[in-house]
Amino acid sequence: MTAVDLGLPSLGGLDLVPTDDAPQKAKDFKSDQEVRWCPGCGDYVVLNAMQSFLPSLGLKRENIVFISGIGCSSRFPYYMNTYGMHSIHGRAPAIATGLAVTRPDLSVWVVTGDGDALSIGGNHLIHTLRRNVNLKILLFNNRIYGLTKGQYSPTSETGKLTKSTPMGSLDHPFNPLSLAIGAEATFVARTLDNDRTQLTEILTAAAQHRGSALVEIYQNCPIFNDGAFDVLKDAGEREQRLIPLEHGKPIRFGPEGEFGVVRGEVGDLEVAKISEVGEDRIVVHDATIEDPSYAFALSRLSTQDLSHTVTGIFRNVARPTYDDQARLQTTSAAETNPPNLQALLNGNDTWTVE
Amino acid sequence: MRERDQQSMSTSVNGGGRATQITKLDRVVIRFAGDSGDGMQLTGDRFTSEAAAFGNDLATLPNFPAEIRAPAGTLPGVSSFQLHFADYDILTPGDRPDVLVAMNPAALKANIGDLPVGGMVIVNSDEFSKRNLVKVGYDANPLEDDSLSSFQVYSIQMATLTQGALAETGLSKKDAERSKNMFALGLLSWMYNRPTEGTERFLREKFARKPAIAEANVLAFRAGWNYGETTEAFAVTYEVPPAKFPTGTYRQITGNAALAYGIVAAGQCAGLPVLLGSYPITPASDILHELSKHKNFNVTTMQAEDEIAGVGAALGAAYGGALGVTTTSGPGLALKSETIGLAVMSELPLLVIDVQRGGPSTGLPTKTEQADLLQAMYGRNGESPVPIIAPHSPGDCFDAAIEATRIALTYRTPVLLLSDGAIANGSEPWLVPQAADLPDLRVTFASEPNALDGSDEHWPYVRDTETLARQWAIPGTPGLQHRIGGLEKADGKGGISYDPDNHDRMVRLRQAKIDGIEVPDLTVDDPSGDARVLVLGWGSSFGPIGAACRRVRGQGKKVAQAHLRNLNPFPANLAEVLRSYDRVVVPEMNMGQLALLLRGRFLVDARSYTKVAGLPFKAEELQHVLNEHLHAVEGMRT
Repeated sequence: MTAVDLGLPSLGGLDLVPTDDAPQKAKDFKSDQEVRWCPGCGDYVVLNAMQSFLPSLGLKRENIVFISGIGCSSRFPYYMNTYGMHSIHGRAPAIATGLAVTRPDLSVWVVTGDGDALSIGGNHLIHTLRRNVNLKILLFNNRIYGLTKGQYSPTSETGKLTKSTPMGSLDHPFNPLSLAIGAEATFVARTLDNDRTQLTEILTAAAQHRGSALVEIYQNCPIFNDGAFDVLKDAGEREQRLIPLEHGKPIRFGPEGEFGVVRGEVGDLEVAKISEVGEDRIVVHDATIEDPSYAFALSRLSTQDLSHTVTGIFRNVARPTYDDQARLQTTSAAETNPPNLQALLNGNDTWTVE
Repeated sequence: MRERDQQSMSTSVNGGGRATQITKLDRVVIRFAGDSGDGMQLTGDRFTSEAAAFGNDLATLPNFPAEIRAPAGTLPGVSSFQLHFADYDILTPGDRPDVLVAMNPAALKANIGDLPVGGMVIVNSDEFSKRNLVKVGYDANPLEDDSLSSFQVYSIQMATLTQGALAETGLSKKDAERSKNMFALGLLSWMYNRPTEGTERFLREKFARKPAIAEANVLAFRAGWNYGETTEAFAVTYEVPPAKFPTGTYRQITGNAALAYGIVAAGQCAGLPVLLGSYPITPASDILHELSKHKNFNVTTMQAEDEIAGVGAALGAAYGGALGVTTTSGPGLALKSETIGLAVMSELPLLVIDVQRGGPSTGLPTKTEQADLLQAMYGRNGESPVPIIAPHSPGDCFDAAIEATRIALTYRTPVLLLSDGAIANGSEPWLVPQAADLPDLRVTFASEPNALDGSDEHWPYVRDTETLARQWAIPGTPGLQHRIGGLEKADGKGGISYDPDNHDRMVRLRQAKIDGIEVPDLTVDDPSGDARVLVLGWGSSFGPIGAACRRVRGQGKKVAQAHLRNLNPFPANLAEVLRSYDRVVVPEMNMGQLALLLRGRFLVDARSYTKVAGLPFKAEELQHVLNEHLHAVEGMRT
């Protein structure tokens, strides 16, 4: 097969979505449904952040769609005064793909969880990412199954004691960002439910990105996995562990900024004390590197025990989207060969009976 | 009685100057059989096109293994193509071949049992080496002993003759030998006085990028023709005059092509973009292939990562206001069940096409069966009614696709269309529809709030009083923002509801919506008007059942025939039809699934006749079945 230069115009993620001139407020995006997550659930924070952030895009509300699968976080669409579908377990990316392909005038968001996206829906997730459909996927990761009351999930740490694993879970967990980058996702980011500033920054960049954006949000489940991310939130601990990324800036962290990320010996990245390796060796973050190896190496700095957790935008590269190209095929086919139903039905080989 | 051979002899002078008798026949069944790599499907297709161009009525039955290339020369590797053509309207590909073309010992061994005494066998004798004979368990060469003495056997060195004809082309012997299927086609074309221009044109187009191969095939085709013409092996040629069709423009069509055209036409009639989400599966993949060629009709084809994604994408497109379609076969339908349930719950239009094949599990991928009826009817969790339509012939697939779309769009529901392997790959002449005469399927999307309390909200589950369909309010419509999903919704307003009475009401509403779909009454073919036995079928068994009825009636007996196209809901007059006969016989290529439904729904003592052999019924077999029932009912009278 030869690669075809499709001559696509460079579009932003929202360039085909109509905008609203009237000023919008967060409450415009609140539906009349009572929010029914457990008290203290991290989902509230994300919902509020989303409702506060959307006015900044200035899109017509009716042109925004939230599609979710099954799980606690998948109730999200009910609480948004936009169009929405609470679909079935794991299938939201597939359903959203059909919508995005046929409706370029919509801003389509997928809301999913660690079980929904990575276990039952793992296949749809990786294929959506490799196709680069213009969808924004919010992956709420609480490292547990909440809605079914507390079984371990594909992101739970090995040895997790749960109702279904009284002797400890045996599975090695997924690193969701390694998976996404392995599938060559074009936009990959991670943040925490308590970091509203970073969450909003990432959501803004994801919305502007044309193509699939995977945003992993570490989210606390106060009932079945309370405190799972406390070490990334508690003062004194978090500075040791969180490695925030900023495009164009050296990757450094630590209470005094004394640690940095440097290149390892086997193509990997490592954490080092800057005083020992020197400023020059600190990697300057570049999210636009086309080869996914660099972003993958960044994702490997995050370990299942959370001793280090990289946050921010790992990867943000341009690649033609599946939906833009699919539409280009139909429009160019119609231009080259204007539709003529009768000619199609006749075909090339008819005979006439008088 | 038409299913018999009418022969009239006449003598004419053939083009070569040699006096050859031309025997007129009203129908002929030819079966081309060879190794999977011998090009038998192509050969059969071309002979079919020649018959169609000549104006015969025809029906075809391709039969091939699931393996792409089973070991050469073995019985599992045999591929065949049966063609029935006639000067009148025929209903089936024929029970038994009159002529068997066998390209190797395996093809002979696998097919000779189907040939009636006196049938003609044309054999490529080059392949009858000791080694090949042993491979399929022949102790002696059947061409040399008397095991074939009850047939007219023509033993021809097709490979050698083809190589000879291509000696000057510069092709290697091996390459030249590959054209031997065209030699066979040329010989049969001579024998049945078929037009040849179409085949030569076809070969030149098919191999346009390899002119040498194109010419080799044309030369082999002509060599086969000339072999018949110049040797004196064949004293007789045959002529099957054109059939009398209703006036109009015709073409040849397979069921899968007709489904693809039906989907294109449905999108055009509805004024909607089409999105096909599909995962490759035999025998449905050709619908995806065909549709992918017609993107100019605002058709998007998406080869999804799996069956579930295929139907998911179709449902997502439907949510956005497109005509969502997914195509599959039985194993794929099983995987799509949950999403079809979501379409039932969210009440969105969706077209689901199941081209049935032998099951269970992977079953018989390339063989036909009708055993997905109950899966289509009940194969989902909860009370999940879905309309079902089953076309009865290749050409009928076109109309069935349009009818299924009409129901999906009008009633906002997934619709299941049940085709099968026999219809999908079989072909027949098709009176080409006039695009201007196709139905208007245009839809109206919701544009205004519809809240029953007078507020300015959109209530997604407010229903049309006639159809019980809810409104199709698509994203992008100002003021109608709403949320739908798989959880039970409150009647009208559409919020999540766990209220017991509401769930009971919603289950009944969804059922009533499907039960209330308007479908045409069942028509009964009962020429005498006083038959006591009704034979009722559905789907692709229409041809053999109809042919059996002709035979029975030809014997002076009375039988009524009806064929169900709408399997859910059933036609309103079905109960009355069933009650009008002393006995109802239901032949099915399953273990009695329709019979079970009829018994459960109507308390009728439907008599099931079942067969799951991977092949269509034979007219003769059903003739016997009907005769037995007629006899039994006759006995009841005395």
